[in-house]
Amino acid sequence: MKQIYLDNAATTKVDEQVIKAMLPYFDEKFGNASSVHLVGQDSKNALEKSRKIIAKSIGAKTREIIFTSGGTESNNLALKGLFFSNYPNKNHIITTKVEHDCVLNTCKWLETQSAEVTYLDVDEEGFVSLEQLKNSITDKTIVVSVIHGNNEIGTIQDLEAIGKICRERNVLFHTDVCQSFTKVPINVQKDNLDLVTLNSHKIHGPKGVGVLYIREGIKITPLSHGGGHERNLRSGTENISGIVGFAKSVEISNTLKGTRTKDIERMTKLRDKLIKSILEIQDTKLNGSNGEKRLCNNINVSFSNVEGEAIGGYLENSGIYTSTGSACASHSLETSHVLKAIGLSPVQSNSSLRISISKFTTDEEVDYVLEKLKKIIIKLRRISPLVR
Amino acid sequence: MTPPYTKKLLKHFKNPKFVKDVKNPDGIGEVGNVACGDIMHLEIKVKDNKIEDIGFKTFGCAAAIASSDVVCEIAKGKTLEQAKKITKDDIIKKLGGMPPIKVHCSVLGIQALKKAIKDYEGGKKGNC
Ligand code: FES
Repeated sequence: MKQIYLDNAATTKVDEQVIKAMLPYFDEKFGNASSVHLVGQDSKNALEKSRKIIAKSIGAKTREIIFTSGGTESNNLALKGLFFSNYPNKNHIITTKVEHDCVLNTCKWLETQSAEVTYLDVDEEGFVSLEQLKNSITDKTIVVSVIHGNNEIGTIQDLEAIGKICRERNVLFHTDVCQSFTKVPINVQKDNLDLVTLNSHKIHGPKGVGVLYIREGIKITPLSHGGGHERNLRSGTENISGIVGFAKSVEISNTLKGTRTKDIERMTKLRDKLIKSILEIQDTKLNGSNGEKRLCNNINVSFSNVEGEAIGGYLENSGIYTSTGSACASHSLETSHVLKAIGLSPVQSNSSLRISISKFTTDEEVDYVLEKLKKIIIKLRRISPLVR
Repeated sequence: MTPPYTKKLLKHFKNPKFVKDVKNPDGIGEVGNVACGDIMHLEIKVKDNKIEDIGFKTFGCAAAIASSDVVCEIAKGKTLEQAKKITKDDIIKKLGGMPPIKVHCSVLGIQALKKAIKDYEGGKKGNC
């Protein structure tokens, strides 16, 4: 059976060119970048070249890029690192109710370590209120941490506006751009970003690699101590093959030009086609941003009276892989906190389906999905006791 | 997307045989799932103390849909006494096993059936 992968917000297929770039770093150039000999220096060169590529893609300096194991580690390092280097003078963190679990759970843990955390509300499209942000900043505030492109509902926050407020009020600004990186232009200068979390496997790079950008001059406490790698902020032998792969995936995505590439235009078209056709099905509701400020690969819809895991199960039966915010599909049997934050009732959250496309998604695949989806919704509504 | 479901469970999920409204039902049981918030609705027709006809509607996951279908399959033709003795383990066994996190969905099926029987008995005796 044909396999159609539409869960690219979870992870993406590694691009062939990325794999090709990585391969030599397993057996030919396998050196430790800390070794002074020639084999080590090959790795060191690859490491620094990769750092440069990634720095350039967000308008940063090379030395401001710290390699990590991924988005989760970068977010942990940013928030815990800032907290411990500022506590007890300052102990307040501002974040939002729609962050990724790794930010929310880091904040919850920091609360057990004497941190005060403000979780900002969002409106029904998922945007934070700049007024509430302004009112929340105190002289104890260390950092404001806001996700850029939301992983569930695709809403893209206005980094520039948030960054401006943070700069004026003299607090740091951290953002997690794992979903938006290479899809939306990001510039640490223009957007006033102080710390930025990036990762590789959402952009057709390998898993297990990420970056934390830290603006020069900002002090953070490291979480892992050892041989002093990554400017003493993240000890541990660098994952050279992964890092080379990450840099290659950035290079391919062409963000360096700072323009919307062909891939993005194509994805946007496919996204809009999916949204338009799905909303033609009766009793459906788009979750997240309605307008331009939506990730080019995200579709999130609630289908009244049918449960999301069941929709996904039928889709999977047709070889189509998606995701849902339904409690039934979560390990904790809780509905998505993001859908809750934008005001969905538990039943509406349980009825949600997330489709996330990639540059590899084709027109034919989209047509096939739409055809299947329409039939599935009819079938499931026949099974539903809520349809009377 | 779906947890590791058995082939048997997926069969009942894909092609449930008992999705229907029973004509003039004698007993109706509707229960909600406290764990995840889903809903199961079950109707029975009773003749000579036996479940002559049975049908369900479910707003829930694949395991809930399959469980509903299997509970109907087991209960059909049984006396009310026999039907009352059906347990979640009977359902799970018939489905060839179930991921632990989904066991509550099979409990839902049992609860709906018991409620429908109670509804019938209550109605019959004229008290409720
Ligand atoms: S009905 Fe929600 S987990 Fe089964």
